[in-house]
Amino acid sequence: MSVSRKIRFSLNGRPVVADIMTHETVVEVLTQRFDLRGARESCGQGLCGCCTVYVNGLAVSGCLHLAALMDGAEVTTIEGLEQGERLDPVQEAFISAGAFQCGFCTPGFIMMVKKLLEKHPDPTDGRVPVGGVAGR
Amino acid sequence: MSFTSSRNIGRSIARLEGREKVTGRIEYVHHLRLPGMLYGKIFRSTSPHARIVSIDTSAAAAVEGVFRVVTIDDIRTVIPHPYYGPAFHDQPVLADGKVRFAGEPIAVVLASDPHVAAQAAALIVVEYDELPAVLDEIDAMTSAVCVHDELKPAATFPDLQHLKGRRGTNIALDYKLRRGDVEEGFRNSDHIFEHTFKNQPVMHTPMEPFVSVADVADGRVTLHTASQGPSFVRIEIARLLGLPENRVRVKVPYLGGGFGGKLYIKLEALVTALSLLVKRPVKISLTMEEQFFMVTRHPCTFKIKSGVTRDGKIIARKCEIIWNGGAYADIGPRVTQKAGFTSAGPYDIENVWIDSYAVYTNRPPAGALRGFGAPQTAWAYECHTDMIADGLGIDKIEFRRRNLLRDGRPQASGTVMKNAALEQAMDQVLARMNWSAPLNRSEGSIRRGRGVAVGFKGITSPTTSVAILNLYGDGSCGLYIGTVDMGQGSDTVMAQIAAEVLNLDAENIRVVHPDTDVTPYDMGTLGSRSTFHMGTAVRLAAEDAKRKIEALAEELGVPPGANLPLSELLRRKYGMQAGNIIGTASFIPAYKKPDTETGQSDNATPFWGVGASGAEVEIDIETGRITVTKLVNVADIGAALNPKLAQIQISGAAIMQLGFTMTENMEFQDGHLTNGSLADYKIPNLLDMPRVFINEWVDSRQETGPFGAKGAGESATIALSAAIGNAVADAIGVHLPDLPLSAESVFNALQRQASASEVEA
Repeated sequence: MSVSRKIRFSLNGRPVVADIMTHETVVEVLTQRFDLRGARESCGQGLCGCCTVYVNGLAVSGCLHLAALMDGAEVTTIEGLEQGERLDPVQEAFISAGAFQCGFCTPGFIMMVKKLLEKHPDPTDGRVPVGGVAGR
Repeated sequence: MSFTSSRNIGRSIARLEGREKVTGRIEYVHHLRLPGMLYGKIFRSTSPHARIVSIDTSAAAAVEGVFRVVTIDDIRTVIPHPYYGPAFHDQPVLADGKVRFAGEPIAVVLASDPHVAAQAAALIVVEYDELPAVLDEIDAMTSAVCVHDELKPAATFPDLQHLKGRRGTNIALDYKLRRGDVEEGFRNSDHIFEHTFKNQPVMHTPMEPFVSVADVADGRVTLHTASQGPSFVRIEIARLLGLPENRVRVKVPYLGGGFGGKLYIKLEALVTALSLLVKRPVKISLTMEEQFFMVTRHPCTFKIKSGVTRDGKIIARKCEIIWNGGAYADIGPRVTQKAGFTSAGPYDIENVWIDSYAVYTNRPPAGALRGFGAPQTAWAYECHTDMIADGLGIDKIEFRRRNLLRDGRPQASGTVMKNAALEQAMDQVLARMNWSAPLNRSEGSIRRGRGVAVGFKGITSPTTSVAILNLYGDGSCGLYIGTVDMGQGSDTVMAQIAAEVLNLDAENIRVVHPDTDVTPYDMGTLGSRSTFHMGTAVRLAAEDAKRKIEALAEELGVPPGANLPLSELLRRKYGMQAGNIIGTASFIPAYKKPDTETGQSDNATPFWGVGASGAEVEIDIETGRITVTKLVNVADIGAALNPKLAQIQISGAAIMQLGFTMTENMEFQDGHLTNGSLADYKIPNLLDMPRVFINEWVDSRQETGPFGAKGAGESATIALSAAIGNAVADAIGVHLPDLPLSAESVFNALQRQASASEVEA
């Protein structure tokens, strides 16, 4: 069933290489090859957003996106948001607003909100269109 | 309550683990990998009720990379009697000759690669001898089809022992409450109202799906598990294996949500047996779909009958509730009993008769879910309240005021109400709803309505919490507790309590996570009990440590009031940075077991959970679409130890119950779940939030709680559904008796209403 291949990509600004199976997803490879825990599989259908990462600047569901598609791409995960000890302003905002409970969906929410603010720097219409993430 | 003078209590201290959560670094069992670990993939039943004729695992075992395929015959070689459960020892580790619901685990494939395990599991073939299935709770009461041949109550529940050995029944608990003479009450009533309500099956859907890892080696079991009850897991695994407790270690990091689902034994017995068999660590992680086969919230049918005087006093009430517990009892008998006990509602009624039945059916097991059944009963009794008021032509709020239980009055069990701010919570909801202002009821195809509901719950009792507080040589502090932080913020609040007693800062206290080799016993993180029970144990443990510090100072001849830091005292005692001060305490509240025949007890609960809700809805009468435009939830949580966390708990509970009210429904066809995924089973997200969404608590104090506090996790779930149901009825003039409140059910009700009025015309 399995075909393996080597992929090279940029992970949070660093060049990396990985041997992957072609059926493996982004979230599996990030978790198992790179020990990154921020993107995590929950619904497995690309609906809950817990596995959100950026591939070439686009927010994707890491549970559906095949790892092979990272080859040659720039990949950013929640782990790439901190600058040294300094958190990203969106991460800071989540802490100061207390905008999370168990934290399982939180990295997904932060990645989505960051993407939202890129497109709508001032989303003041009262209906924030972050519908692609589910929490409980 | 305000605590302006306090260093820790009443302050919105940010979660201690906030940084780890926003960076994604926080530890969940979800991520755990151990050297040599195998992944298990479960093969599940495709029949709701059948005898297993044969299980052919040969093709699965032949797949390259498969380590082993395991069935109950293998399990029995390591656990001779492989049945578990908190109330009944009724659930086999894997199906044992019979399947009792579609989705029940039959076999497990173990492999180093989870993809290989999944591929191989699909090759297992089971031959069934189909049996008739009983699915509905009403049918289960009288059906000739019995899910279990014989009832096997666990020894830990003395009040279930009378059911031992009972055969030919699906009734796993028959709870009774009798107060006064209900028939006499009905005879003295001017009006009788009788209605039947139904709740649908729903699921917790924690975002971190169920996951457990077992590592058995050298006669010791180590479990890393996403569990809300590590102490119970240890006791039950030790019982299954015939081991002393000290050879079973259960470790729990943070949980990605629990909500009552991750209680008692879930995957733990299975992974332990597998690890015992293969002598390697074994991990099983469920998919979102598989979670629906693990545990659900009880659907129920509730028949409620009230006798009322013409001036609006309820003088008699009879409740019959049948809880669909699914194939295995889990904690269903407790849900049946605890929710049964308050099912007549928060009203002062002289004559009450309650029958509450837990029944087995061929559906996935049901257990605890944020309220222990209280939200299901409140759906019935609070819709019923509005229907009575309508029938009598009395204002719905005024009708509630005439009947609400006041502090000092006995509840149906005979327990006197105390620190239960029922009317206060309702009044605060009315104020936030701007209830006295008129409502614009109609606009084009839109009809508007609003509703209010108030409910309460008792707390699982008697239960124990034990805390250990350890002050180290430099004076810093570790708090060792079995309370599981699954997002409610217990680490932070427990640190606040300890810090307050010791005059430290909560942020500097290290809360050591549950590890049964290290942390002492706690009954479980459930039923809004932690702040009250563990909070009290922590307070007492801190006071114990404080006394020991004072004794040490005295021993060293330090004059009182010298205020030497602890590090200096320890240095003087031991000559260097060394030693500890260890404070410890246990807490079990007073309790009197209710009489089995009458349910009467003068101390049936350590405190009351209280929630009131108000809702405003818009209904499009052309489509039936319901939009909740305003939702107000007010809970009585005693004093808010951490206002920010309290607010988040109340809103979190409300959003969850909003899903259970509007969209969530496990749909079955011939016993098979047809919508077990987040694509088809719709939980609320940001776009479903009401435009106005207010979550608050009343100014109150639980006199017996730590710093005046009590639990807050469930209160907002209690009255919410009925508030929305009452608002819908207010808008369209028809009460919908069944949850969820779908556009389809509204549309059908409007159609029936229209055709009825045509007939009248």
